[in-house]
Amino acid sequence: MAELTKKDRMKIPRQDMPVQEPDARVKNFTEVALGFTQELAQLEAQRCLQCKDASCREGCPVEVPIPDFVGAVRDGDMAKAVEIMKSKNNLPAICGRVCPQEVQCESRCILGKKGEAVAIGRIERFVGDYELAHRTCDVKKGPSTGKKVAVVGTGPAGLTCAVDMGIYGHDVTMFESLHTPGGVLVYGIPEFRLPKSVIRSEIENAACALGIEIKASHIVGRTLLIDELLKEFDAVFLGTGAGLPMFSPIPGINLNGVMSANEFLTRVNLMKGYLFPEFDTPVWVGKKVAVIGAGNVAMDSARCALRLQSLGMGNAGPDSEVHIVYRRSAEEVPARQEEVHHAKEEGVIFDFLTNPVEILGDGKGGVSAMRCVRQKLGEPDQSGRRRPIPIEGSEFDMEVDQVVFALGTNPNPIVFVNAEGLERKRQGTVVANQETGRTTLKGVWAGGDVVTGAATVISAMGAGKRAAADMNNYLKDKSAW
Amino acid sequence: MYKILEKEVLSDVTKLMVVEAPQIARKARAGQFVIVLMHENGERIPLTIADYDRKAGTLTMIFQEVGKSTLEMGTMKVGDEFKTIVGPLGHPTEVENFGTIICVGGGVGIAPIYPIARELKEAGNHVISIIGARTKDLLLWEDKMRAVSDELIVTTDDGSYGRKDLVTVPLKEMMESRKIAKIWAIGPAIMMKFVSATTEPFKVPTIVSLNTIMIDGTGMCGGCRVLMDDGAKFVCVDGPEFDAHKVDWNNLLSRMTFYRGQEQAAIARWKESHKCNLDRAVAEGVK
Ligand SMILES: Cc1cc2nc3c(=O)[nH]c(=O)nc-3n(C[C@H](O)[C@H](O)[C@H](O)COP(=O)(O)OP(=O)(O)OC[C@H]3O[C@@H](n4cnc5c(N)ncnc54)[C@H](O)[C@@H]3O)c2cc1C
Ligand SMILES: Cc1cc2nc3c(=O)[nH]c(=O)nc-3n(C[C@H](O)[C@H](O)[C@H](O)COP(=O)(O)OP(=O)(O)OC[C@H]3O[C@@H](n4cnc5c(N)ncnc54)[C@H](O)[C@@H]3O)c2cc1C
Ligand code: SF4
Ligand code: SF4
Ligand code: FES
Repeated sequence: MAELTKKDRMKIPRQDMPVQEPDARVKNFTEVALGFTQELAQLEAQRCLQCKDASCREGCPVEVPIPDFVGAVRDGDMAKAVEIMKSKNNLPAICGRVCPQEVQCESRCILGKKGEAVAIGRIERFVGDYELAHRTCDVKKGPSTGKKVAVVGTGPAGLTCAVDMGIYGHDVTMFESLHTPGGVLVYGIPEFRLPKSVIRSEIENAACALGIEIKASHIVGRTLLIDELLKEFDAVFLGTGAGLPMFSPIPGINLNGVMSANEFLTRVNLMKGYLFPEFDTPVWVGKKVAVIGAGNVAMDSARCALRLQSLGMGNAGPDSEVHIVYRRSAEEVPARQEEVHHAKEEGVIFDFLTNPVEILGDGKGGVSAMRCVRQKLGEPDQSGRRRPIPIEGSEFDMEVDQVVFALGTNPNPIVFVNAEGLERKRQGTVVANQETGRTTLKGVWAGGDVVTGAATVISAMGAGKRAAADMNNYLKDKSAW
Repeated sequence: MYKILEKEVLSDVTKLMVVEAPQIARKARAGQFVIVLMHENGERIPLTIADYDRKAGTLTMIFQEVGKSTLEMGTMKVGDEFKTIVGPLGHPTEVENFGTIICVGGGVGIAPIYPIARELKEAGNHVISIIGARTKDLLLWEDKMRAVSDELIVTTDDGSYGRKDLVTVPLKEMMESRKIAKIWAIGPAIMMKFVSATTEPFKVPTIVSLNTIMIDGTGMCGGCRVLMDDGAKFVCVDGPEFDAHKVDWNNLLSRMTFYRGQEQAAIARWKESHKCNLDRAVAEGVK
């Protein structure tokens, strides 16, 4: 294509990604967003102005060289785009799909000031998918250092750390408590948003290329302990995430049909409950489902519930409904924009400024209704969001038979047995140096949700990467503890 | 890994398996459990560690065929492998010398009570064991229990062996006639509920091992939660042993039936496909 002028570029509209139509997609678990074709990716890449001090980069937690990889895509040099991408981000097929771009890279794109930002995430996904299909840029293990590294947890933080340590030439063993590696990417995020085959391919490829041994079904804190790992390994990285679910302290939470998003999503995704009885783990869905919360976890739960209803599972009937019940307003919704948009298209009903105070039983162990109170917004709280205040006398009962709590998670303390000296904060998060990931226990690094509390895939990856760099320095005796 | 080394048929519906799991055997203690997964399409099911051998690197599990997964597991043979076994999970039993204690095992619950009775005996307790089953065929490990107990009482519901009683009858007699320091009871939830009701008026501390529905066994899903006097607890990480007198038994029993509709469909489907296999085998002349 001939060189375009800036004016020409700015005339190209932001390209939409082809998607499955809402009516069709609520009946299946296959991917909703189908990805750019090469033509669309190149056209979208033409919109980028290749800014000198590209502000978009500052919005990316791992500083992907955005103009460079977008430029390579524009020129049709996919192998180069992959290579540039992989210098900072090993999992573009995953980040392109799940990063909250609208508050990260794309929020800083200069084009967004007047019009619409470059669709960096969509182009990134295209680059990632190209790499999955062609494997043009395989990672290689560095010259062996003879040092042994243990990585606990196989989510994005652990995977990133393990890959980098392999590239540095260390022998890496990963430990995972579940029977399948991948962390939230496999047990939490549904197939229709991030296909399991993508994660499997990335993990198998890395393990094979770098000789990483993955020990699934090994719970650190039970099957083996941190102090034992420290005896066997030269360095230990903890990327155990924030997997402990929270329930509201309201009456009725132990009724049948009340569950954590973690349980609901694990049954659906990790155990493939939507394929019951082909797969043995059952999952139940109500006729009228209330999902409490409005983050990504809540959107995923609501959209899984819709799909199970259309498969006719549990109590589902012709007039089934799924509600998102959120105590703040539409403005404060923390989920990715695209997921909220998709959820609305699919028919999820949003009840804002509403907070449950009690779950009422049906007298047979199940749920008949949820008592809620309306909220109004007051002054901003510490998080900068306006604080919801209950409106007196506004109680009402919402008829539901399933309640899914998606209120956030804390780190699971199971790993911390025999980890004397490893400091943690009140919510259970590990105290670690932001730049290096070093904890207060010699030889142990930590990163991802276990340090920050529930956050994002890319921030977990960034933490894994920074920790790997510091671990490598330490192991090469370049830095004392 | 996770290979079946021995299999024993204890009754029509109760099987014992010794499996290879050295990393778990190394850490296993009485009162703990594992989660097993047969294959990629399988379900993660919790089973108590009925015995372990650290040297041989093996675990013994005893299970009753009650649903699709346990029925299918019953068809596994020596040499077959589980996809996964993970553990040891839960807190071990707190063992010390309490004095005279009673271990109550009901049905398949006799298996998990055995290592507890053994450790309590080794710690110097006077161990009275009461084991019971619906009928003689379902009774297991009488000899092993006798070997670790100072006194052993056997009951069956139908009187086909031992005393014709529910386990709660001799249990009540014991508490009326002797000073009992502590009681452990493992069996079907309904049995544990009645044991709890029997011992509560006597104020004898009673420990039960709860068998709620589970997935991960690490505190991640909350599916195993049980309502106690002081709020909800996760059985897999806070238990599985709890003070029986604090458990909301009706809530527990209700939660265990939650997936019954789907479980029954799965069992029917399994039996149907098995019948087909049998029919085909017969048709093909395989005896
Ligand atoms: C449903 C859902 C949807 C989400 N959607 C998005 C999204 O769209 N975009 C986004 O950016 N972020 C999203 N997030 C958040 C994101 O997934 C997490 O921030 C990220 O996965 C954290 O990575 P991690 O590596 O720190 O931990 P995790 O991904 O949680 O991985 C931790 C791993 O450690 C294992 N583990 C824990 N304890 C032990 C132990 N003792 N021994 C051995 N292994 C152990 C766990 O089983 C797990 O596999 C979502 C989260 C959820 C739950
Ligand atoms: C900590 C723990 C330890 C356990 N140890 C043992 C053991 O050593 N040996 C053993 O045989 N079982 C044990 N169980 C119970 C065992 O896990 C279940 O029997 C098994 O999961 C049933 O799976 P299924 O697919 O065969 O049956 P399902 O299809 O899931 O259930 C079939 C029928 O059995 C009932 N049922 C389901 N779960 C249980 C349960 N937990 N207890 C009683 N009835 C149930 C259901 O209501 C249903 O009617 C234990 C459970 C826990 C939580
Ligand atoms: S990794 Fe995420 S934030 Fe960074 S450029 Fe890619 S999509 Fe944007
Ligand atoms: S700010 Fe926007 S236009 Fe500029 S380089 Fe980044 S993506 Fe391209
Ligand atoms: S089994 Fe999931 S929290 Fe206990």
